[in-house]
Amino acid sequence: MMAHLPVMQVMVPLLAAPLCALVRNGRVAWGIAVASSWAAFWIAWEIFQVVHSTGAISYSLGGWSASEGGIEYRIDTLGTFVLMVVTLVGAVVTPYALESVGKEVDKSKQALFYAAFLLCLAGLLGIVVTGDMFNVFVFLEISSLSAYALIALGKDRRALRASYQYLIMGSVGATFIVIGIGMLYVMTGSLNMANLAILLPELSSNRTIPVAFAFLTVGVCLKLALFPLHMWLPNAYTFAPSAVTAFIASTATKVAIYVLLRLFYTVFGSDYSFLEMQLGTYLLPLSLIAIFSMSLVAIFQANVKRMLAYSSLAQIGYIILGISLFSSTGMTASILHLFNHAVIKGCLFMALGCVMYRLNSVELDDMMGLGKKMPLTMGAFLVGGFGLIGVPFTAGFISKWYLIQGALEKGLWPVAVLVLLTSLMAVVYIWKVVETVYFSEDPGSVNSDCSEAPIGLLIPTWTLAILCVYFGIDATLTTFGASSAVANLMGIGS
Amino acid sequence: MSYPLMLCMIVSIPFMGAGLILLTGKYPNLRDSISFVVATILCASVYQLIEPLRQGSLHEVTLLEVTTGISLALNVEPLGLLFALVASFLWIVTGLYAVGYMRGHHEKNQTRFFACFAIAIGGAMGVSFSANLFTLFAFYELLTLCTFPLVTHHGTPEAKRAGRVYLGILLSTSVGLQLLAIIWTWNLTGTLDFRPGGILGGTASNSVLSILIALFVFGVGKAAVMPFHRWLPAAMVAPTPVSALLHAVAVVKVGVFTILKVAIYTFGLSTLSELASTPWLRWIAAVTIILGSLVAFTKDNLKARLAYSTISQLSYIVLAALLANEFAIIGGGMHIAMHAFGKITLFFAAGAILVAAHKTDISDMRGLGRKMPLTFGAFFVGSLSIIGVPPAGGAWSKWFLGLGTLEANEQGLLAVLMLSSLLSLVYLLEVPVRAFFSSPSGVEQETGVKEAPWPCLVAMGVSSGLTLGLFLFPDFLYEMMKMVFGS
Amino acid sequence: MSALSFLNYWFVIILMMVGFYVLIAQGNLVKKIVGLNIFQTSVFILYISAGKITGGTAPILDTQWSVYSNPLPHVLILTAIVVGVATSALGLSLVVRIKEAYGTIEEDEIAQMDESL
Repeated sequence: MMAHLPVMQVMVPLLAAPLCALVRNGRVAWGIAVASSWAAFWIAWEIFQVVHSTGAISYSLGGWSASEGGIEYRIDTLGTFVLMVVTLVGAVVTPYALESVGKEVDKSKQALFYAAFLLCLAGLLGIVVTGDMFNVFVFLEISSLSAYALIALGKDRRALRASYQYLIMGSVGATFIVIGIGMLYVMTGSLNMANLAILLPELSSNRTIPVAFAFLTVGVCLKLALFPLHMWLPNAYTFAPSAVTAFIASTATKVAIYVLLRLFYTVFGSDYSFLEMQLGTYLLPLSLIAIFSMSLVAIFQANVKRMLAYSSLAQIGYIILGISLFSSTGMTASILHLFNHAVIKGCLFMALGCVMYRLNSVELDDMMGLGKKMPLTMGAFLVGGFGLIGVPFTAGFISKWYLIQGALEKGLWPVAVLVLLTSLMAVVYIWKVVETVYFSEDPGSVNSDCSEAPIGLLIPTWTLAILCVYFGIDATLTTFGASSAVANLMGIGS
Repeated sequence: MSYPLMLCMIVSIPFMGAGLILLTGKYPNLRDSISFVVATILCASVYQLIEPLRQGSLHEVTLLEVTTGISLALNVEPLGLLFALVASFLWIVTGLYAVGYMRGHHEKNQTRFFACFAIAIGGAMGVSFSANLFTLFAFYELLTLCTFPLVTHHGTPEAKRAGRVYLGILLSTSVGLQLLAIIWTWNLTGTLDFRPGGILGGTASNSVLSILIALFVFGVGKAAVMPFHRWLPAAMVAPTPVSALLHAVAVVKVGVFTILKVAIYTFGLSTLSELASTPWLRWIAAVTIILGSLVAFTKDNLKARLAYSTISQLSYIVLAALLANEFAIIGGGMHIAMHAFGKITLFFAAGAILVAAHKTDISDMRGLGRKMPLTFGAFFVGSLSIIGVPPAGGAWSKWFLGLGTLEANEQGLLAVLMLSSLLSLVYLLEVPVRAFFSSPSGVEQETGVKEAPWPCLVAMGVSSGLTLGLFLFPDFLYEMMKMVFGS
Repeated sequence: MSALSFLNYWFVIILMMVGFYVLIAQGNLVKKIVGLNIFQTSVFILYISAGKITGGTAPILDTQWSVYSNPLPHVLILTAIVVGVATSALGLSLVVRIKEAYGTIEEDEIAQMDESL
C-alpha cells in the first residue's frame, strides 16, 4: 500500500470522478469528493514525510521502467511541497463547495460539477507526480479541460465567454507544449525527465533545442498567465463559481509554475536555462511589468472578484521574479510564495464566496457597511488582505522578506524598492474594500437584510485565514519545505 | 512569577484587556472599570521590572522563531523601560479622562474605541520591549493598523479622508523605507538584534550606511520628520483622548523611540556620528523644529496648533538621536517623558474646553479662563514644560539637549533650539493669556459654561502635577538614561 | 537529402500557420475551433513523421519483416487526438451554450452585448 502512494495520489480522485458522475445525486457526489480530496491530502502528507526522510520516490507505472519506455512517477522535495499545496486547498475547498455550489450551480448539474472538480484535482496532482514529459501534457489537459467546464458553470452568461477564451488560449498553450516535447523526443528519443536531463547537455549546440525550449516556455507561461499572456485569466476568475475560483486561483497557476521550474532546472538544467539562454533577462522585466501594471489595474476595479484576479496576476509576477533572480534565496521566496499565496488567495476568494452567497454580487458598491452584518466573513477577508499586503505575522510577510532579501543579494535594490512600492498598491486596493465594508454607512439598498454566511462556508474560510496567520508566525515548516526543495533543485547538498 | 513569563504578561495584558472590554461592551460601567484596572495592573507590572534591571539580572526572551534569524523576542533595557513606564502610567490617567470625555461628549461605538485603545497600548509595550528590529517593526505596524479605527471614529467623510492620509503616510513610509532599511540591515549583518554599541559598525561603506540611516529616519513615519508629518494634523479629527495619549504619547513616541533605539543599538553612536549624512539629517530635524513652530502659529484650531507643536517637539528627540553623544541621548530620552506629560496636559485641557464650552478655536476662548480656571491653569503648566522653562520638567531635557549640541560642536543647532523655545512661548501662552486676560466678546456672553467633568479635572491635575514634580525630582529619569551607557 | 525529403515537415509548418491564422483572424467561434483543430493536426503529423523509418512497416511482429516504424509516437498521438477531440467537443458545446445565451456566435457582437451591460 505505502509503496503505491505515488500512483494512489492521482488514482483516488481520478477514479472518484466517474463515480460522482454516475451517482447523479449532488449530496452523495459531494460526500465522495470530500472523502477523496481528504484522502489525497493524507496521501500527500505521507509522501511528504517519506520524501523528507528517505529522499525522492521513484515509481514505475505498471512495472515498466523508464528505460523500457515506461512512465516513471517521481516525487522529490519540490514535488511533495507542491502536492501539499494542491491537496491542502482541495481538502479545504471541497467542504466549502456544499453550500456555495449548492447555491450557485443548478441542482441537476451538481454531481457533474464534483466529477469535473475531482478530474481537475487529479490532473493537477498528476502533473506534479509524473516524471514523464508527455504525461505532463496529458495531465495538464485533463486539469485544463475540467477547469474550462467548471468555469462555464458560472451563473453569469459571461462565464461562457470567459471559459471559451480560456479554452482557446489554453489549447494553444498546450499545443505549444506538445510541439516542444515532440522536438525534445525527436532529438533524444526519450520522454523521461531524468533521462532528458542527462541527454540534453550533450546536444546543447543543436539548434533544435533552443526552439524546443522556447515553445515549452511560452506554452507554460500561457498556462500560468504571465504578463503579457494573461488575457484569459481575469474573466475566467471573475465569472466562475466561487468555489472554482478559490480552487483554481490557488492551484492551477501554481502547478504551471511547478512545470516551469521542472523544465528550467531538471530537464534543461539551470546552467542552460539561465546562463546560456539568459532566461533571467527576459523574465525579470516581464515579472516587474506584471507586478506593477496588474497591481495598478487592480486598484481601479469595481468588482472585488476581478480586483483579486488582477492581484493574482501581480502575485504570479512576484513568484516569477523570484525565479528570475536565479539565486537560492530568490527561489526560496518563489516556492514559499507559491504556498503562501495559495493560502491567502484561497482565503480571500472563499470570503468573497460567502459574500456572493448572501448578496448575489461582489460589486464594491453593494458591499457598503457589510462589516457589521457579516463580521466573520469580512474578518477573514481582512486577514487575507493583510496577508496579501505582507503585514508582519501573516504568511505574505515571510515570502516578501525572502524576495527582497534575494533582490538585495543580487544588488538589485531598485527591484527591492519596486516590490515594496507594489505592496503599497496592494494596500490601496485592499483598503478600498476595507473602507467600504467597515467605514461606510449602509445606504439600505442591496444588502439591508443580509446576515452572516452559513457555518459550512465560514469554517473552511477561517481554516485558511488561520493558516495564513499561522504560517506567518511559525514559518519553520514552510521555509524548511521550500529551502530543501531549492537545495534539491539547485544541487546544493542533498 | 518568573521573568520570561512576566515579560510576556506585560505585553499581553493590554490585549487581554481589549478582549475583556469587547466581552463586557454591554455594561459601560463594568467596561470602563476594567479598562482602568487593566491599566493599573500594567503600570504596576512594568514598575516591577525596574529593580531587576538595576541589578542587571535581565536577559532576552525569545518567544518564537518565525524562520531562521527572524524571531519574536523581548528584552528589557533602560530606554524601553522608561518609555513603557511613561506610556502605561499615562494610560491610567487617560483612561480616567476618557471616561469623562466620551460620556460627556456622547460618543458612539465606545466599546470599539476602548478596545482599540487597549490594543494600541499593547503595541506600544511590544515596541518598547522589543529585542530586535523585526519585533519592533511588527508591533509598529500593529499600532498603525489598530489606531486607524480610532482616527476614523466619527465615520464622517472628513474623518475618512483623514484616515486615508494617516494610513497612507504611515504605511508607505514604514513599508517603503523602513522595511527596506531593516532587510538591508539584515543583509549586511545577518542579525536584527539590538546590541550595545550597534551591529552595523564597519559592515559597509560610509555612504551605504549614510543612506541606511536616512531610510530609518524618514521610514519611521511616526517620528513625523518633515516632509512625512502630514498624518499627525490629520489624525486630530479623532476624539481628544486619542489625540492625547496616542498622538502625543504612544504613537509618536514609538516613532522617536524607534529612532533612538536604532541610533544607539543598531548603528552605535560612534558609527552614527561619523556618517556623511548625519549632519544633513540633523539640519532636516532642525528645519522641522522651526517650521513646525511657525506653522503652529498660523493655526487657530487649538488641537491643530498642538499637533504642529508636537511635530516640532518630536524632532528635538530625532535631533538628539542624530547628535549621537551621551548628553544628547540623555536629553532625548528624558524629553520623551517630559514632553509626554506636558503635551498630554495640553490635550486634556483642549478636550475639556471642547466638552464643557464646545470651543475648538483659540479666538473664541477669550475670557473663558474665568469660568474654567483649573483647566486653563493646567494648560499654563503644560505650556511651561513644552517651552522648557522652570518650574516645569521640560527644562531639564532641553538643558541636556543643549549640552549635546555643544558636545557635537553644532552651535547653530543650539540657536535653533533657543529660537524654537521662544516661538513656542508665544504660540502656547497666547491661549491662557487670552482666556484669562481678555474680556469675553460681548455678543456671545456664555451662560451655561462650567468646569469640565470631574474625571477630566482629576486627570489634568495628575498630569500637570507630575509635570511640575519632574522638575524637582528628575533624578529617576536621569538615572535610567545613564544606565543606557553602562551601569 | 533534398528539400523534398522534408516534405512532411513543410506541410506541418503550412498547416500550423493556416490553423493559427484562422484561430486568430476569425471572429466566428466555430471557425476558431476549426482553426484550433488544424493547428493541432499539424502537430500530430509532426510526431508521426518523426516516427517513420524508411522501409519500416507497422510495428506488428512478423517473421517477414525486421524493420518497424517507431510505435511510441503513434501511441502518444493517439492520446493527443483524444485530448484534441475532447477539446473540440467542449469548445463546441460552449459555443452552443453561447448561442443560447447571446443569440449569436460572432465575437464582436458578443463583446458589444457584454459592454452594453
